[in-house]
Amino acid sequence: MIANAQAGTPVAGSFAGGFSWAMARDLRLAWRHPDEAVLTVAFFALVASLFPLGIGAEPQLLTRIGPGVIWVGALLAAFLALPGLFAADYADGSLEQMTLSPHPALGWAAGKIAAHWIVSGLPLTLLSPLIGLQYGLAPDTLAVQALSLAIGTPVLSLLGGACAALALGARGGGMLLALLALPLFVPVLIFGAGASEAQATGLSATPHLSLLGAALIAALVGLPAAIGMAVRIAVD
Amino acid sequence: MNWFYFSSPSTFYTLAGRLAPWFFILAAALAAWGLYLGLLVAPTDAQQGAVYRVIFIHVPTAWMSMFLYFVMACYCGLTLVFNTRLSAMMARAIAPTGAMFTFIALWTGAFWGRPTWGTYWVWDARLTSELVLLFLYSGYIALSNAFEDPRRGDRAAALLALIGVVNLPIIYFSVQWWNTLHQGSSVSFKGTSMHVTMLTGMLVMSAAAWMYAIGATLVRVRSVILERERRAQWVRDAGAA
Repeated sequence: MIANAQAGTPVAGSFAGGFSWAMARDLRLAWRHPDEAVLTVAFFALVASLFPLGIGAEPQLLTRIGPGVIWVGALLAAFLALPGLFAADYADGSLEQMTLSPHPALGWAAGKIAAHWIVSGLPLTLLSPLIGLQYGLAPDTLAVQALSLAIGTPVLSLLGGACAALALGARGGGMLLALLALPLFVPVLIFGAGASEAQATGLSATPHLSLLGAALIAALVGLPAAIGMAVRIAVD
Repeated sequence: MNWFYFSSPSTFYTLAGRLAPWFFILAAALAAWGLYLGLLVAPTDAQQGAVYRVIFIHVPTAWMSMFLYFVMACYCGLTLVFNTRLSAMMARAIAPTGAMFTFIALWTGAFWGRPTWGTYWVWDARLTSELVLLFLYSGYIALSNAFEDPRRGDRAAALLALIGVVNLPIIYFSVQWWNTLHQGSSVSFKGTSMHVTMLTGMLVMSAAAWMYAIGATLVRVRSVILERERRAQWVRDAGAA
């Protein structure tokens, strides 16, 4: 299971070892089933294109609602990608093996989240300027939009990862996960959408981006440990 | 004195049963006094008229909604660190009361907002973060009941409650950090900008809400204890007696 743990030879675990191993493993798995990542992106594009059809396609209205719609779409897409983060590993027992591995939970939990972000958050960030163009956003707003998503989606992955680990094996599945994760996503949504909105109305986006950055730092410091702990609670 | 004597569910069950009625009596007496002060004695506000009297319910419940979450999070921390049984049961018993106070705070705020702001609801920082608090309470309750093994639910929900603690300072400081429609606080540790009878009424009502919360938690924790320990000998003995 653990690549460098040969039978009989105890290996000293490390953060870097756990991180790189878990990230490489999850990325390889995602590469072999690319449809999941593609589905996330397709969902995002689909949700974003429903709004002009439902609300009306006046250019002024679209530039007004664009940043918010893109952020809500990205948030929902990131949310829908969450169950895949731990569920399969939990079902086949790999997660239990990871908790038994010499590497600290902090390491492989952070590695799994990093891989998850590369597969879900990063494609959303890269696609967002294209969606923004459909909404007629100005180039500088597009840039701020992409930047806010680049800072904000890792926070979503970390918060969502903690919730997904907590809800492993719980009754109520997806609805329960929504009740846990979406309220915690609210601040990220407010600052993320606020950044592009401030840019679009001629104000400075820096305060919003700084707050997002602060949230990212706090999440990076605290949540990998919480995720490791949640996984331990789940497999105990 | 052995402080751990009452950390055993069976001894705490008896203690809670003895204490709960006294807290309810205290809560009723304080509420009667507070409502008398608030509705009859306190002067009518120069700008808002009699509508301001909603604060005698609104402010105490809003305070308690945050305070109870904090207490619940402390019990959750104890659960995770020391793996104590009773602290998890206490956290479970506090959550519904906390959710109720959050709901009342939002509801009374809406009734106050309609005549004074002209709207039941605005999406300002204080209101939104208080709404998030209600979702956190519901998430805690849902997660703690979502597992076959109640101990698993205790620990998972405890971790969720601790993650949600970041929301408390956001609620508390939201009126200072953002320029919002919800006014800043009239009461602080340095003094107050309100009439002294109004302040007394509000503090008495807060004490009433506090006593009610303790009483309700004690009653609820008794049923949680009975449910968890139903196979234990002392519960069978108590049932047979």
